Amino acid sequence: MPSIDTLIVVGVMLLKVLIIGGALFCAPLPLTWIERKLAGRIQQRLGPHRVGPFGLLQPLADMIKMFVKEDIVPAKADSFLFKLAPILAMAPIFAIFVVVPFGPDITIPFIDYKVSLYITDMNVGIIFVLAISGLAVYGLIFGGWASNSKYAMLGGMRSTAQMISYEVAMSFAAVGVVMMSGSLSLVDIVTSQSGGFLNWNILYLPVGPLWFVIFLIAGLAEMNRIPFDMPEDEGSLAAGYHVEYSAMRFAFLSLAEYVAMVSIAVLLVVFFLGGWDNPLGSLIPILDYVPPVFWFMGKVGAFIYFFMWLRFTIPRYRYDQLMTIGWKIMIPLSLANILATGMIKIYADYRITDVLEMVGLKLW
Amino acid sequence: MEQLFFIGFAFMAVVAAVGVISLRNPVHGALSLIVCLLQVAAIFVLLRSPFLAVVQVFIYVGAVMVLFLFAVMVVDLRRVELESPFNARGIFAYILAPIAVIEIFAVIFVSKSFDAFTTVATLPTKIETLARVLFTEYLFPFEIVSVLLLVAMVAAIVMTLKKGRS
Repeated sequence: MPSIDTLIVVGVMLLKVLIIGGALFCAPLPLTWIERKLAGRIQQRLGPHRVGPFGLLQPLADMIKMFVKEDIVPAKADSFLFKLAPILAMAPIFAIFVVVPFGPDITIPFIDYKVSLYITDMNVGIIFVLAISGLAVYGLIFGGWASNSKYAMLGGMRSTAQMISYEVAMSFAAVGVVMMSGSLSLVDIVTSQSGGFLNWNILYLPVGPLWFVIFLIAGLAEMNRIPFDMPEDEGSLAAGYHVEYSAMRFAFLSLAEYVAMVSIAVLLVVFFLGGWDNPLGSLIPILDYVPPVFWFMGKVGAFIYFFMWLRFTIPRYRYDQLMTIGWKIMIPLSLANILATGMIKIYADYRITDVLEMVGLKLW
Repeated sequence: MEQLFFIGFAFMAVVAAVGVISLRNPVHGALSLIVCLLQVAAIFVLLRSPFLAVVQVFIYVGAVMVLFLFAVMVVDLRRVELESPFNARGIFAYILAPIAVIEIFAVIFVSKSFDAFTTVATLPTKIETLARVLFTEYLFPFEIVSVLLLVAMVAAIVMTLKKGRS
């Protein structure tokens, strides 16, 4: 029989898993509403406004519709893989959040129990994230193949090729982050950037901004959003790998896409924007009282807004353009940047605050 | 406890491995191979090497198997499924397989204990240690392997070049 302390640790961990998992499952509900309202604003129309005040209940209505629709499995489909594919698309993206730190350790008042705001701190965290997010591609492959339809098959192949191409650039950007922060653990990556926005990896000059842009573009391609949303490109193929899916299974696939968007936003914040770090450091004393989780959520929210904004602003790339960008621009650029980062790490490992301190300027 | 987990993962790995060679549909076979590789990764975690486990998932499951499936998908499946899974080379397999099985059991019975975890607990788990050893003591083999991979990559590109075009 394990001791009571072990049981408490396991219990707390299970609770954290439940909270994070539940939050991610529910996240698409408000996110679809925000996205449609935003689309309305950008295109000068109202967006959803019929169901509930400001159309707030629209996602719920959509969910009920998805639940009661007929679930069609094509007669000649491989029914086992067809049913497995949405789960394979969804599970890896949820698994990313196992290593994501949402904030520093907090102590619960009255009982004095210390709780860390991450499920686990792996010493191989960043490789775990890359490895697990790479598994999401099986949802596309099996979904496209099992449908036994030429459109789904070609769409699946196209999306798979896109994802594995941009995974290379994304992994290189992660290598850059590891070089800048000097650790593979996500918690250490965040703490290495603490102390105001000048210490963040995005401002690790001159290579930081380039890594950020590479990761952002690769991330956009990984989560299949505009300008890289090939699965939805009805102009060249009738949609993509999910063309045969309906009802709940389709809802799961789009849920996976929304959670992927959240995960990319979270990773960008952890890798480049200092995670839960207060942007102004202790420059303004009153900001110290803001809980760090607030900063984290705020930054993630800003990125999600940015992704939605992009969707209604720029057109999508053609497939060959997408491949050219991936292989002929992103990968050579990241290889050169790795070399540059290594040189800087050896010869001039300074962040902006270090330089400011050297000239006698101490901000905080 | 660890022994229990090990037996569970190992059992699943063997079941999946049998699936790889016995399932008639190549895509189902590939799926069982993925399951098998994931179980092996789990065993690496039990052996206190999370780095190897994650790299196993990253390289084999995330990259190699995707390329496998790419190749399998463009094959005409109906013909493959109708073909007999046995061919003339089967005779060698009938001889070699029992020998391999006997060998495995011999190793298990000759070795002092069946416990895989007694020696492992003392090994270092930090990645820094691994990196330091890899880039100092084993730098030469590491570089040789890198050059070999580069040569293989160049060869792959050369093989796909169309003849007659410069």
